[in-house]
Amino acid sequence: MSPGEHERKQEEAVFRGIAASPGIAVGPAYLFQKHVPVINQKTVEPEGVEPEILRLRSALDRSRRELSKIYDFAKQKLGEHQAKIFEAQVMILDDSVLFDSIDGRIRAERKNVEFIVHDEIEKYRKVMVDASDEYTRERALDVEDVRNRILRNLQEEKLISKLEGAPVIVSQSLAAADALILSRNTILAYVTEIGGVTSHSALLARALKIPSVVGLRHLMANVRNGDRIAVDGYGGIVVLNPSPETVDEILRKRERYKEFEEKLAGLRDLPAETPDGRRVELTANVELAEELEFIKIQGADGIGLYRSESLLLGGEVFPNEEEQYAEYKVFADTMYPKRVVIRTFDIGGDKIMGSQTTRESNPFLGWRGIRVMLDRPELFLEQVRAILRASERKNISVMFPMISNIKELRKARQLVEDAKGQLRARGLAYDEKIRIGIMIEVPAAAVIVEDLAKEVDFVSIGTNDLIQYLLAVDRGNDVVSDLYQEFHPAVVRFLRRIIDRSKECDIPVAMCGEMAGDPLATILLLGLGLDEFSVVPAALPEIKKIIRSVKYRDAKKIAKKALSLVTEDELKKYLTDVMKGYELGVE
Amino acid sequence: MIDREVTIKNRAGLHTRPAATLVKLASKFKSDFIISKDGFEINGKSIIGVMTLAAEQGSTLLLRFNGPDELEAAAAIQELFDKAFDEPL
Repeated sequence: MSPGEHERKQEEAVFRGIAASPGIAVGPAYLFQKHVPVINQKTVEPEGVEPEILRLRSALDRSRRELSKIYDFAKQKLGEHQAKIFEAQVMILDDSVLFDSIDGRIRAERKNVEFIVHDEIEKYRKVMVDASDEYTRERALDVEDVRNRILRNLQEEKLISKLEGAPVIVSQSLAAADALILSRNTILAYVTEIGGVTSHSALLARALKIPSVVGLRHLMANVRNGDRIAVDGYGGIVVLNPSPETVDEILRKRERYKEFEEKLAGLRDLPAETPDGRRVELTANVELAEELEFIKIQGADGIGLYRSESLLLGGEVFPNEEEQYAEYKVFADTMYPKRVVIRTFDIGGDKIMGSQTTRESNPFLGWRGIRVMLDRPELFLEQVRAILRASERKNISVMFPMISNIKELRKARQLVEDAKGQLRARGLAYDEKIRIGIMIEVPAAAVIVEDLAKEVDFVSIGTNDLIQYLLAVDRGNDVVSDLYQEFHPAVVRFLRRIIDRSKECDIPVAMCGEMAGDPLATILLLGLGLDEFSVVPAALPEIKKIIRSVKYRDAKKIAKKALSLVTEDELKKYLTDVMKGYELGVE
Repeated sequence: MIDREVTIKNRAGLHTRPAATLVKLASKFKSDFIISKDGFEINGKSIIGVMTLAAEQGSTLLLRFNGPDELEAAAAIQELFDKAFDEPL
């Protein structure tokens, strides 16, 4: 610490964000900033021209070496498919047309190489930024990244990939590539000003088991390199310059969690069963094959939701049948004999149509989920064939998102039958009796669930969308996000309806929304009769512990009482008191 | 000089992978190779240029070949577009 820093007032400041990856850490902050080069235009003497060009050559060489390291590391950590996000950058470094014209301009205009490189690449970047399709606009970021990489190497500044000690990375936002390359060091935690729980870097933090909090507004302006910072990845809280008392408190919390988790680990091989014998399924929501090991360690009964659209993240093309089959088979084989529910692509139309789609003024009410897939049956058939082929060992189910009427369900089921026929014609094996289910996330589907239930093998409640649609609240909109209430009496009563009506048709009811993984909701959902909880992997042990602590008989009474309450506050207070009575939770 | 008009047939459009295939193939020929789309021209031997085209499925490109092996170049590249870069339609 330099003498000046001693004098600076070290006031404790608390920042609240979103818990993105569990864990607790205290350590020095490291401000990670993307290198933004400053470019000055200079004139070069005639004899200075060739040295400028040589400087460019060696900067390109260094950039190539950096990128190939990143590419290799990505392949190792994320797999071949995801690593492809770096392919475009590698190719640009070898674009001889581009660099011939840069050489030509340096000779003709006698300007410094930084200026010409920036100016020439900027022309392309500008065109891409203005493109009407999202894909091209995203590639503009690649072009910008590779340009900055060359410029940084021209200025002979090193790529920051080696860090002193074990810091907490503080950043405005963190690209997956940065999170990845930094993780070669010992990183205590990642905290960022923007980003969501489902962002690539949050996903990566969880896969790497590094605590992370995102969405911490105004954090950067208040932190300096080396400042002590405490990160609570369970509660989504970051404390800057924590007092000794705060550090004590947060480290005690870490100890409590550690003990708690060790105790929970003892639950791994025990079933999710109440003391009076009600057995429910406790399964995991998954996006990447990399998470499978973690899920097995946590003792899940299977996978209640595999978001197949994660195959499209970072990738450029729709994976074909073979590529999809290979991926689904990994899930089927790794989890066998446990079940895996594969949800068909839940995407917006822009993913497949690019700029040909007219921009939707309200995409949440627009062309998405099963609507897209039914309009593009060739895509849907390709995916269903891949899923069917992976179902050979009979542990795969298929689930359709965004169903809002029975016609969509019938059409989708018919396409599954068509896909089976195509596979029979090719002599390929599949599970003839593959279980078919739907997401209940559109209120209309919840209202007609008794009809839908007669034509499916299971339903799974997607609470995130269901609550948004039911309460007419966009949870991403800061102005109204506090109106997004999981425990709104309308939500609870609607859930009861869905569960009761489905069970009358003798089909199991699952829930794969965030609510299923909220410990405060567990007893209520259990009491309402939910058959399967599909939760984020990190929440598995805690939810299991709650289920194993409460008699089904009592949970039913608690649910009944909860249904009589008329405000969210009352409901939450009641459920919190119930939890306390059972001495559940670590707080 | 040879002009050819082609249509992007594959579902994903002229994204990075087919763009790379196209650029590599074009670079094997001596002839100049210019692609234009909606009046916007780029050098078909440049990956960064092809990336700016934003050519999705169904869009039409004008290809212009000029040089000693323009016949061969035009035939080879036309074939690449005809078979949709071996990608899903």
